[in-house]
Amino acid sequence: MKRLFAPLLVTVAVLFVAAPYFIAEAPYESTMGLVQKIFYFHVPSWMAMYTAIAVCALGSAVFLFKNNKTADAYAVAGAEVAVLFGLMGLVSGPLWGRKAWGVWWQWDVRLTTALLMELIFVACLLVRKYGGPGSEKLAAATALFGGATAPFVYKSVDIWRTVHPKTSVVPELLKGSMPGSGLPFALSAIGFVLLATLLMMVRVNLAKRQMALDELYLDYEE
Amino acid sequence: MFLRTALLVLRKDAAIEAKSWEVLTTTVFFAVSAVLVFSFAFVKEGEPLEDAAAGILWIAVAFSGTLALGRTFERERYAETLRALLLAPAPRPALYVGKLLGILLVLGIAELLLTPLVALLFHAALFARPALMAALLVTGTAGFACVGTLFAAMLVRARSRDVLLPILLYPITIPVIIAGVRGTSALLASPPDEATAVMWIGILTAFDVVFVTLSLWAFEPLMTD
Repeated sequence: MKRLFAPLLVTVAVLFVAAPYFIAEAPYESTMGLVQKIFYFHVPSWMAMYTAIAVCALGSAVFLFKNNKTADAYAVAGAEVAVLFGLMGLVSGPLWGRKAWGVWWQWDVRLTTALLMELIFVACLLVRKYGGPGSEKLAAATALFGGATAPFVYKSVDIWRTVHPKTSVVPELLKGSMPGSGLPFALSAIGFVLLATLLMMVRVNLAKRQMALDELYLDYEE
Repeated sequence: MFLRTALLVLRKDAAIEAKSWEVLTTTVFFAVSAVLVFSFAFVKEGEPLEDAAAGILWIAVAFSGTLALGRTFERERYAETLRALLLAPAPRPALYVGKLLGILLVLGIAELLLTPLVALLFHAALFARPALMAALLVTGTAGFACVGTLFAAMLVRARSRDVLLPILLYPITIPVIIAGVRGTSALLASPPDEATAVMWIGILTAFDVVFVTLSLWAFEPLMTD
C-alpha cells in the first residue's frame, strides 16, 4: 500500500481540492444553469467506466488465450470497477435528465445501451460468484462480449438521433466552446480515471493475494 | 474438413431429434404459449394494441430460443457426449458451427409456425414484404443463436446453468432483439417503411459479423479445461 501513497495523494488533491474549486468557479450554462454542473461528474464517471472496461476486456482476452492467472486478476478488478462507475453514471444521468428533459429516464438508444452494458458486467460478476468451478472463463467470455458492445454504446449518439448530447461535446468543450469550463472538466476527468486506476490496482493486489493463499492451501493439503 | 465436421454434427443432432422430437415440440409449444400469455397483456377490448405484434414475435423467439439452447446441451451433458465430441480429432470451431446450425434449424422451424400465428392473432401484416421480413428473422435469429450456442456450451459444466444462461444471454443479445423489433415494426407500418427496415437489417448483419467472429475465436480456449 505504501507504493500507492503518492498517486493516492495526487488523486485526493485533484478530486477533493482542485476540481470542486474550479467546478464552483465554472460559469453557468446558458439554458440549464446550475444542473449542468452534474456534467463534471457524469462524463468522467463514464470515462472511468470505459477505462475499467478496457482493462477488463484485455485482461479477459489474455486470460482466455494465454491462460494467464494474473490477467484474470485484472479482469475481476476491471469488471468490479466498471460496475461501480457505471452505477455512478446511471445515477447522475437521471438527476440531470429530470431537470434538462423533464423526465428521469428516456428510452433512447444511448440510455438503453448504457444500461445494458452495465447489466453485462453485473452478469459477469454474478457468474463469477455463483457459477462454481471454472466460472472465470465464462466471466471472461461475457466480458469479451461486453467489451465488444462498448464502442457501439459510445458511438450510438452519433449514429441515431437521441435526446442525449453527442460525443462531440467533450472535444468542443476542451477547445473552448464554453470558456472557463475546460479546465474543471479536464481536472475531473483526470481525477476519476486516476481513482478508477487506483481502485483497480488495489483490487488486483487483493486478487493476487487470494490466489497465493489458495495455492498455499492446496500445497498444505497435499 | 471443417464444413464436413460441422455438417456431421448437424446430422447427428438432426438424427437424435428425428427420433424423439423433444426439442422441437417443446420449443414450438413454449413459443405458442408465450404468444398466448402476451395476448392477455396486449389486447384491449378485443383489439390488439398497435405495434404489439413485433415485440411479441421477437420475445417469443428469444424465450423459446433460450429453452431450445438449454435442452440441446442438456442432452449432450447427460452421457458426457459433449466431452466425447470435444475429444474427436476435429477442429473445435467446426463443432461449434455444427451445433449452431442445429439450433438455427430448430428456431427456423419454430419461426415458420410462429410468424403466421402472430400475424393471424394480432392482425399484423407480417407478410406485406416477405423478403425483408425473412431477412430480419434470419439475421436476428443468427445473432441470438451464435451467442447462445457459445454460452450454452460453456455452461454445460457450470453449476446453476439454467439460471445463468438467461442472465448472461439476455444483456448481450438484447441489442439484436431491439434491432429485430424495430425493423419488424417498421415493416408493420402502413405503408411499410422499407428504408428503415433495411437499415436495421444492416445493423443486425454488423452484430452477426462481430458476434460470430468473437464466438469462433473464443470457442477453442473456452472449451479447453
